[in-house]
Amino acid sequence: MNSGAKKAIPHMTKSGATFINIGERTNVTGSAKFRKLIEADDYTAAVEVAREQVENGAQIIDVNMDEGLLDSEAAMVTFLNLIAAEPDIARVPVMIDSSKWSVIEAGLKCVQGKGIVNSISMKEGEEQFLEHARKVLSYGAAVVVMAFDEEGQADTAERKIAICERAYKILTDEAGFPPEDIIFDPNIFAVATGIEEHNNYGVDFIEATQAIKEKLPHVHISGGVSNLSFSFRGNNLVREAMHSVFLYHAIKAGMDMGIVNAGQLAIYEDIEPELRERVEDVILNRREDGTDRLLEIAERFKGQGGKKKVEDLSWREAPVEERITHALVSGTATFIVEDTEEARQKAERPLHVIEGPLMDGMNVVGDLFGSGKMFLPQVVKSARVMKQAVAHLMPFMDREKEELGLEGARTAGKIVMATVKGDVHDIGKNIVGVVLQCNNYEVIDLGVMVPAQKILETAREINADIIGLSGLITPSLDEMCHVAAEMEREGFDIPLLIGGATTSQLHTAVKIDPNYNKGQAVYVIDASRAVGVASNLLSETAREEFVAGVRQDYERVAQAHARGQRNKRRVAIGAARRNKVGIDWSSYQPPKPAFTGTRSFRDVDLNEIRPFIDWTPFFSTWEMKGRYPRILDDDKLGEAARSLFEDAQVLLDRITQEKWLTANGVVGFWPANAIGDDDIELYKGEDRKERLTVLHTLRQQIARDSARANTALADFTAPKETGLDDYIGAFAVTTGLGEEPHLRRFEEAHDDYSKIMLKALADRLAEAFAEMLHQKVRRELWAYASDEALTPDDLIAEKYRGIRPAPGYPAQPDHTEKQTLFDLLDAEKETGIKLTESFAMWPAAAVSGLYFSHPESHYFGVGKIERDQIEDYAARKGWDMDTCEKWLAPILNYDPKKIGTQAA
Amino acid sequence: MTREARIAALKTAAQSRILILDGAMGTMIQRYKLDEEAYRGERYKGWGQDLKGNNDLLSLTQPQIIREIHDAFLEAGADMIETNTFNSTTISQADYGLEAIAFELNLEAARLACAAADAWSKKTPDKPRFVAGAVGPTNRTASVSPDVNNPGFRNVTFDELVEAYCEQTRGLIEGGADTILIETIFDTLNAKAAGFAVRQVFEELGTELPLMISGTITDLSGRNLSGQTTEAFWYSMRHLKPFSIGMNCSFGAEQLRPAVSDLAQEAEALVTAYPNAGLPNELGEYDETPEEFAPKLEEWARDGLVNMVGGCCGTTPDHIRALAQAVSKYPPRKIPEAEHKMRLSGLEPFMHE
Repeated sequence: MNSGAKKAIPHMTKSGATFINIGERTNVTGSAKFRKLIEADDYTAAVEVAREQVENGAQIIDVNMDEGLLDSEAAMVTFLNLIAAEPDIARVPVMIDSSKWSVIEAGLKCVQGKGIVNSISMKEGEEQFLEHARKVLSYGAAVVVMAFDEEGQADTAERKIAICERAYKILTDEAGFPPEDIIFDPNIFAVATGIEEHNNYGVDFIEATQAIKEKLPHVHISGGVSNLSFSFRGNNLVREAMHSVFLYHAIKAGMDMGIVNAGQLAIYEDIEPELRERVEDVILNRREDGTDRLLEIAERFKGQGGKKKVEDLSWREAPVEERITHALVSGTATFIVEDTEEARQKAERPLHVIEGPLMDGMNVVGDLFGSGKMFLPQVVKSARVMKQAVAHLMPFMDREKEELGLEGARTAGKIVMATVKGDVHDIGKNIVGVVLQCNNYEVIDLGVMVPAQKILETAREINADIIGLSGLITPSLDEMCHVAAEMEREGFDIPLLIGGATTSQLHTAVKIDPNYNKGQAVYVIDASRAVGVASNLLSETAREEFVAGVRQDYERVAQAHARGQRNKRRVAIGAARRNKVGIDWSSYQPPKPAFTGTRSFRDVDLNEIRPFIDWTPFFSTWEMKGRYPRILDDDKLGEAARSLFEDAQVLLDRITQEKWLTANGVVGFWPANAIGDDDIELYKGEDRKERLTVLHTLRQQIARDSARANTALADFTAPKETGLDDYIGAFAVTTGLGEEPHLRRFEEAHDDYSKIMLKALADRLAEAFAEMLHQKVRRELWAYASDEALTPDDLIAEKYRGIRPAPGYPAQPDHTEKQTLFDLLDAEKETGIKLTESFAMWPAAAVSGLYFSHPESHYFGVGKIERDQIEDYAARKGWDMDTCEKWLAPILNYDPKKIGTQAA
Repeated sequence: MTREARIAALKTAAQSRILILDGAMGTMIQRYKLDEEAYRGERYKGWGQDLKGNNDLLSLTQPQIIREIHDAFLEAGADMIETNTFNSTTISQADYGLEAIAFELNLEAARLACAAADAWSKKTPDKPRFVAGAVGPTNRTASVSPDVNNPGFRNVTFDELVEAYCEQTRGLIEGGADTILIETIFDTLNAKAAGFAVRQVFEELGTELPLMISGTITDLSGRNLSGQTTEAFWYSMRHLKPFSIGMNCSFGAEQLRPAVSDLAQEAEALVTAYPNAGLPNELGEYDETPEEFAPKLEEWARDGLVNMVGGCCGTTPDHIRALAQAVSKYPPRKIPEAEHKMRLSGLEPFMHE
């Protein structure tokens, strides 16, 4: 079978038992990746590991820094203090895990919550055990007690029970420890080691668990599961099966929690039956030759853990309902039409197939995704299967309607979605649309560059329950405010969802929501949240509370924002200019490019571009966080990542071989000097007498200590008064031409997966093309680094000299400068890229920017700026204040409305 | 009466009625419009640093004023008054260079309060008066970095807090306080350190006073400054086996009600509540009148949410008088029995059967 579907804990959802899943990835003894991060002092990445775990459903996170070369106490304190500052991590309790008491105590002094100490035991006798227990109590934590005494670790069920009973008595009678805060770990040891005495270890644990829960009221049972399968290291499939079978029985016996890698557990029922039986023989010690019999077949599964197997079609033998679920969960479309037809013939009405087996299957997908056990690309594949099944049923339903007048399917709600006017970016919106459709929402997607009027008309016409807006570039933020205001004016009261790269909770709270009093604007951070938000908003019972929660959150962020604004000191533009980047021009000779004017690159071979692709953002498009290539081997994401990457390569092969996309680019260089601090003047000729145009830049106004400059891009070009002959370059590239017919084809085939994949690849190719051209510029065209020899990784890490900032991005947040750039390059004619009214590039797979060559040039963010600079900038651009404030709205450090009323 | 007898009397009184706490010491001190010289008194005439605003110092330099305030609240009907020791730790007194007198501040403030309470107990023997030794949060946070660019940084450690709180607790106990009240907790880790210290001193002295705990919320979502929800906060405090748990300061009564109600439902301890007199106005003053203030808390009493009520910022003897009258006809909240469930917390609560 395809092992795409994995569930953390067998039967957790079926029995309703609440097994506590303790995240184990922030443990240096259990995760080599985490250990390396801590050893390298890379706490930023280490914190991300914790975040991922919580996001993926860990209810408690285990933190362990027991590594010989580490200062474990310091590492524990540093890490706990850092995660305390991350609300989405700190919301769960911490398990402070160490074999050293000093490390535990140091950890206990850092957590404000009530956590768990892991662990104490009677290894060193009763006295020390009691002392530690009392201390744990006085710091306020629950405690894991290992079944360990002066004699050693308990192996048999009798010893495990006896030690736990003794410990319980001491803890409750002498230390006054609340029994509900005691968690016994009766030791999980390796089975099937070839040593006969080990054969019963699984049974010993399970029996002890049952007895302890019966004899000792209110206590809990935990254990580290991975020990169990130690003798099968390197055979992940067998290990996963062993863990799964073991937990299946241990949980039934009363095991409450475990340190497990949730991503690496098979579903009990899904384990290959022969394997399951032999594993069960071993775990339950049912026959003497159990180990041998497991070894016999183990080889067969070797190397299959996580990897795709030779196609196993045994699932085809199951009843049709199960086959449909399997197809949806595994994203296999091969048999779906066949199976759907079979189900239709069995069903009374075609609609019942949708409401029955198809929705049941999608509910499984939804649950797995919701609990972090399936990842976005897999869900989009499931949606593809679903859509194909529904497409097969549609003609039957239409006929039924015609002939019998029967109603169609009832949906969870109607959602109108659009990328706002002036913006062309829609990958994220498409993904959200797919995820919503998977959950039975009817999604009316109006596409990109949709004017407010069109959105509202459609919403009214179809009686929509929700409107969703998406956008990527900053001017879209303003357009969203406009849509919200229009909704208010036209008397809408349905919820307005906001999403996209530049949108934020803060912007939604402070700028969008106030425009729309009749309804609620809600920021949706990513596709995985969309369903929860939509279902809450449309639920009769949950809606009120949810909206109240959103409002409270918004009030809070708005207040915090207001407070933060007051605290941030800005300097006057004059002072900022005096603190510009101090480049010593007297000893500098600017390099001269090979040509001035522009040069075009038409129909560039995609094979040349391909090696320059940075894959990390590709994965994040699919909401899979992690660096490429490491993500391919990630314990949790690896399998889904590999499968996605493979699919990407297959499609990319076709794109390049069949020339689906055309890559066009243009590069130009001009004599240039900085003038008046913040502008760059371009000249028609080398004599620098006649002005060609002026590029305007913006300067940071954040209050700095003297060591750091208030930077503007103009600082990187030699000022006119130096008399130096400096130059500036510019470029525009696209790889999006020609994608339309293919997108349409995928759409018609109900294949969102390939559609989103194509767009995501076109985006990556455009970035890669820009990277490739930039290298050519450095080596040949501007030739200031003709001997540069950097690896693709170095390029991605931007280890080269010079930068290529784009208008509309942090170093120059003014999108309108793109027009100047396009005029200079004659980019529309040379490449086929058009600019929208918000200065987004169409096709979306396009990149443009300026080239700076000075060794000290670097990327930076202008940040928020003050009114004095806005006035100055407006004058330089020939704008009135309103225009200037409109285009730079996202970076104003003041509220133009307030200033207006104060002046009036 | 010995302290043991007073504690027994306190426990009895708490079973039969809603007890009344005092109001705002700071608000009352402001009315005296004291200048720098007054704060310094004789003893600190030549002190090298400004002392104006160090209200706790007045226990030494203007004890008659503090006594007057205590008397005014007791006269208004308070069953329990708080010692003037909110900032009497070495950590908070460091702002004035007065770390060295932290112990003395607690000792003298407790003596002052006890003298006032004893006098009133004698006047109204059927209504014995009690003294809570007030332990404030200090001006530092053990689980929040003061530097946004360095989230792992802390300007105070657990151990430093424990040391400071131990000294304060010793002073309060020696001065005669009947209970220890850890209050206005904005960072739960500070309070855990305080609780740790208090229990340690109890053990050291072989005496145990009822421990009272009162948190504060700092935003409208109902969380404290360090980010915990009320339930999570309670789970973090439960191991201290407090005599009472509650909320004070924060916003006015309306905004505080959800938090108090959460505690009333959850906590197997007395519930205390002493909010501010409304939200501060544009000038930072609390201007809810006694007539506006008292009915809000009366509702809580009517709904069975509280065992002890009083006032925080902006509340005067008149507020307390009105409050005492308003709640007198209601029985105290019944303390629920806690089930044996594992209660853990991060910023949010986590419970397991």
